[in-house]
Amino acid sequence: MTLAVEVRNLRRVFRTRSGMLAAERVVRAVDGVSFALPAGQVLGIVGESGCGKSTLARMILGLLPPSNGEILVDGRSLASMDRRERARLIQPVFQDPFSSLNPRQRVRDIVGLPLAAQGNVSDRQQRDRVMEMLGRVGISAEIADRLPAQLSGGQRQRVAIARALVLHPRIVVCDEPTSALDVSVQAQILNLLVELRRDLQLTYLFISHNLAVVEHIATEVAVMYLGRFVEQAPVDALFRDPRHPYTRALLASVLTPEPGKGIPDVGLGETYPDPANIPPGCRFHPRCPMALERCRTDAPDNIVSHGRLTECLLAETASGT
Amino acid sequence: MTPVLEASNLHVTFGTSIAAVRGISLTVARGETHCLVGESGCGKSVTALAIMGLLSRTAHRSADILRFHDHDLTRLSERGMARLRGDRIAMIFQEPMTSLNPAYTIGSQMAEVFERHRRVSRTIALDRAAELLHRVGITAPGMRLKQYPHQLSGGLRQRVMISMALMCEPELLIADEPTTALDVTVQAQILRLLQNLQRELGLALLLITHDLGIVARIADRVSVMYAGEIVESALTGPLFAAPTHPYTRGLLRCIPVPGQVRRDEPLGSIPGVVPRIAPEFIGCSFRERCAFAMPDCARDVPRQRAAVDHDYLCRLPPDWTRAEAA
Repeated sequence: MTLAVEVRNLRRVFRTRSGMLAAERVVRAVDGVSFALPAGQVLGIVGESGCGKSTLARMILGLLPPSNGEILVDGRSLASMDRRERARLIQPVFQDPFSSLNPRQRVRDIVGLPLAAQGNVSDRQQRDRVMEMLGRVGISAEIADRLPAQLSGGQRQRVAIARALVLHPRIVVCDEPTSALDVSVQAQILNLLVELRRDLQLTYLFISHNLAVVEHIATEVAVMYLGRFVEQAPVDALFRDPRHPYTRALLASVLTPEPGKGIPDVGLGETYPDPANIPPGCRFHPRCPMALERCRTDAPDNIVSHGRLTECLLAETASGT
Repeated sequence: MTPVLEASNLHVTFGTSIAAVRGISLTVARGETHCLVGESGCGKSVTALAIMGLLSRTAHRSADILRFHDHDLTRLSERGMARLRGDRIAMIFQEPMTSLNPAYTIGSQMAEVFERHRRVSRTIALDRAAELLHRVGITAPGMRLKQYPHQLSGGLRQRVMISMALMCEPELLIADEPTTALDVTVQAQILRLLQNLQRELGLALLLITHDLGIVARIADRVSVMYAGEIVESALTGPLFAAPTHPYTRGLLRCIPVPGQVRRDEPLGSIPGVVPRIAPEFIGCSFRERCAFAMPDCARDVPRQRAAVDHDYLCRLPPDWTRAEAA
């Protein structure tokens, strides 16, 4: 099985200063992430705001250079590719279709732009491929002449998907693609993404804060916390048997539509994670309900066993290493 | 028991072209949590603003009844309303960063409400603020009172908003998407807090949300809004056990539930989009998206009883869902 995306020890540091005399803030947004994503799979990445999931997505899309580490797409170094080559392999779908579509361009031109940018497609070919792709995502020909402002949120996201797929990329990075949509529309878009992956043999990197959405679409799930993957496992294993205390807390926090169950007590306390101030030892220890004394000082290693990864001292003890 | 809040046939229109709220009726009793649930643009936030008397000047509000205890809110002057607001009726908004003033400390914003309504000194008001911050689970409240909103995380800001709303011990609390901007772990913490406070203080809570998961876990009574109308209203158990309006049923099928996902099947979805409704609109507003629509749906729709305390706005008979299941 070939690897669609492989990432080795990826890091990204941002340095900001709020004033001339203020101390420099060093934000370790992505702090040592490695994974290998086989072609045709969907890696769901879940985590809360500020965990670095969007920074990771932007690096894999080539929109942001890493501070350290390596990204291989389709077996080749992303850094060695030019923009056109990269665009043919990997494409994004972003959260907010209101800001990711040019408001002055008609739908057909928005979707045609990646083809035009490649420079080797005739006008006629471009028109045909745009209309074919719009048809696939459920956008009718009459809508092709409209401006984004004349579309609903769901239609805009369909247009964004058509633009991402018009070059027939191998990999699509979806960054919260349904988070700005109402539930009834979210379901339409998720179903469309599932169908397109099956029909076009796509590989997705699917980022979301919504665990249920990720469970629906992913084959493999990584849980990100303060810049690292703290747990990674096949989707069923992760949801059936979560091992990291943070994953458990995340799952316990999901409010399923089941009356009578009440609001769960997730036991995470009042501290909130700050990527500019990553705690020593295990980065989750200030919020962890199961933290031991040594979690304050000893950073856990990635424990890999039976196809899953857990970064927790408790898991180390449990697996006998 | 007389309700704390009662609204009957409440309408809000903007100009001549948009009817945002179209004749909704609801009550909230002491100690009750009534959830108003619907998708964006359904009129749920406008309903909250209409009750609070906070609509913009371009809006027109009318109602047969809009009453808070003995106060007829339709006749109350702006000054009279201002006396109730923040004192006996309080509101929490979605985004605490935009509803807190960035230029003032937490302490001065919290104290202001109390000073104005209770005519007490700043010192007493700050003591009260510290007490409430402690109550919503904020450690070191003295330090937080001296801080500015940008120095707090989203979860902390929402705790501040809640404690600010509780400064004067309101009887009615209206919370409009209070946790939508927060992460799931923080959301659970904030909702739990809200629920505990509501029980302790016997608050009447009108909670507005788009999230049926929240509704199921916190509501006593649910009203589902669509295109400016309440299309179904029931106690929480019956609503989730026997949803009757096609929109409610469709909405429930759209939500992926962790642990119950069937990846080989597509999620339920509702085709089409929420329509914009003009004041002269007649008939069922859901008919364009409804799989069971009939020609008659273009005429006036009856409000029917599915069971005791459970009504819905649709032509289909109360037992139609059995036929669908069969």
